[in-house]
Amino acid sequence: MRINRTATISLGIISSFVLAIVYLPLFIVLINSFNKSMNMDWPPPGFTITWWEKAFGSGGLIAALSTSIVIALCASAIALILGTLLAIALSRYKFFGKESVGLMVILPIALPGIVTGLALNNAFRTVLGMQLSMATVIVAHATFCIVTVYNNVLARLSRTNKNLEDASADLGAGVFTTFRLVTLPQIGSALIAGGLLAFALSFDEIIVTTFTAGSGVETLPIWIMNNMFRPGKAPVVDVVAVTTVIISVVPLYFANRLTREEK
Amino acid sequence: MTKNSAVAGEDFPSTPARRISSYLYQNAKVRLRLLIAAPVFWLGLVYIAALLMLLITAFWTVDEFTGNTKVVWNFENVLSLFTDPLYRNVTFRTIGIALAVTVVDVLLALPIAFFMSKVAGPKLRNVLAISVLLPLWASYLVKAYAWRSVLSNTGVLEWLLKPLGLETPGYSLFGAAITLGYMWLPYVILPIYGGLEKVPNNLLEASSDLGAKTFATIRKVIFPIILPSIIAGSIFAFSLTLGDYITINIVGGPNQMLGNLIYTNVGTANNLPMAAALALIPIGIMFAYLGAVKRTGALNNL
Repeated sequence: MRINRTATISLGIISSFVLAIVYLPLFIVLINSFNKSMNMDWPPPGFTITWWEKAFGSGGLIAALSTSIVIALCASAIALILGTLLAIALSRYKFFGKESVGLMVILPIALPGIVTGLALNNAFRTVLGMQLSMATVIVAHATFCIVTVYNNVLARLSRTNKNLEDASADLGAGVFTTFRLVTLPQIGSALIAGGLLAFALSFDEIIVTTFTAGSGVETLPIWIMNNMFRPGKAPVVDVVAVTTVIISVVPLYFANRLTREEK
Repeated sequence: MTKNSAVAGEDFPSTPARRISSYLYQNAKVRLRLLIAAPVFWLGLVYIAALLMLLITAFWTVDEFTGNTKVVWNFENVLSLFTDPLYRNVTFRTIGIALAVTVVDVLLALPIAFFMSKVAGPKLRNVLAISVLLPLWASYLVKAYAWRSVLSNTGVLEWLLKPLGLETPGYSLFGAAITLGYMWLPYVILPIYGGLEKVPNNLLEASSDLGAKTFATIRKVIFPIILPSIIAGSIFAFSLTLGDYITINIVGGPNQMLGNLIYTNVGTANNLPMAAALALIPIGIMFAYLGAVKRTGALNNL
């Protein structure tokens, strides 16, 4: 198939147009965080850094930020352990029910977030009679973060050679030594990449969080949600929005570089 | 004593750790069980059991006095999904929006994915791939909020459209559909791009050497190969729209989608069985959809 000039140019125009639309709203949020107007008026009547000062001087906001970070760290830690175990099991062993286990791990992201959130809310409250708290959020986040770690480690393991592990055993290393000295160094960067993605996923999550957070638990997305409709809060929400994007995009950038280097 | 002595057994002192290690080495089955025990326990108990309980809760009752859910079997909630006009309307509206969003996203994603994989050079391709990927990780909430300022009556869209004699759709179903389509677009582009990458260029050349026009090549060669990827992308767009209740709150004005009904029943109405019954709709639709497309191999492209 030869693609002629007209087709090339029009495809190029469509692509750049769509990409421009993809980035436009995000830039508007960035500019609005400096917008003098309190109602996101466009074009901005003037610029100011008041909102940035206000945002970082607000105690509730800093508390929400640290809650989000604690939850994301705990959830990624659990996801790292469970995802790695599962990836090793599914890549190195054959067993009955292997496909079902593979399906089970993607289900929490294949079903709408509201289903996951409601199912866990119901399980915690009605079935187990528990109070919702920060721990219930961590359990919920860990559940849908497992798949990011699992995918990364599984992809890496399928490219590494099982013979190395066998050789290590033949040379007298026990199973733990082999894992520490042979397997772990090979999957190390995949673990970091998967962990960073899990962190970003948990850090931004709002739907499952709303359904599983106890009344006193306010993550950053919940803070945004609560303040979005309050009069006069819009510019501060813009500041927080920009900050959230930066906090979640930076890990992604590193995760992307880590997984690309080996290719 | 050297650690990596080739003679196993004799010259090692038998520490507990080493006994466990050699036991595990000899028993692959035990090793496997230890590996999968924790993750399967977690996913099975925390997630699958919770999903099953949700299905069952749909048939329970709320105690009128305490407000707690009690085990009294009751089919009214599930039946009302079919009889109550509110639920029926909202369900059809939600499915309609989900379909529209999915179709528009696929139509937008196809030319971009095609440009990325078959027209752009390797450098440009990399830049484009990252540009598509980055917004995926900008918070969902931030993107909905960004559209709230774009769509606002004093916002940038009004400012752009006014000279053309048009006005912003504002906070409405249409506004919500635009925002949802915007948010899921990268989820649709990426699998289609992945699918196109797998179409070898010489296959396209062979098709044209054999006399096929561009359109015939697209229809008869490319399309059948990338169909599973298109379906994989559509699963994301469709499933994510089906369960949404936040975007519609932020940019949809007073309109409701299925997610809103579920959310209200959990929160203010405190009727978990009704919420569970309503959740059966997206679960049922998604399982039917996943089942229908399973044979195309789309699920391996997720």
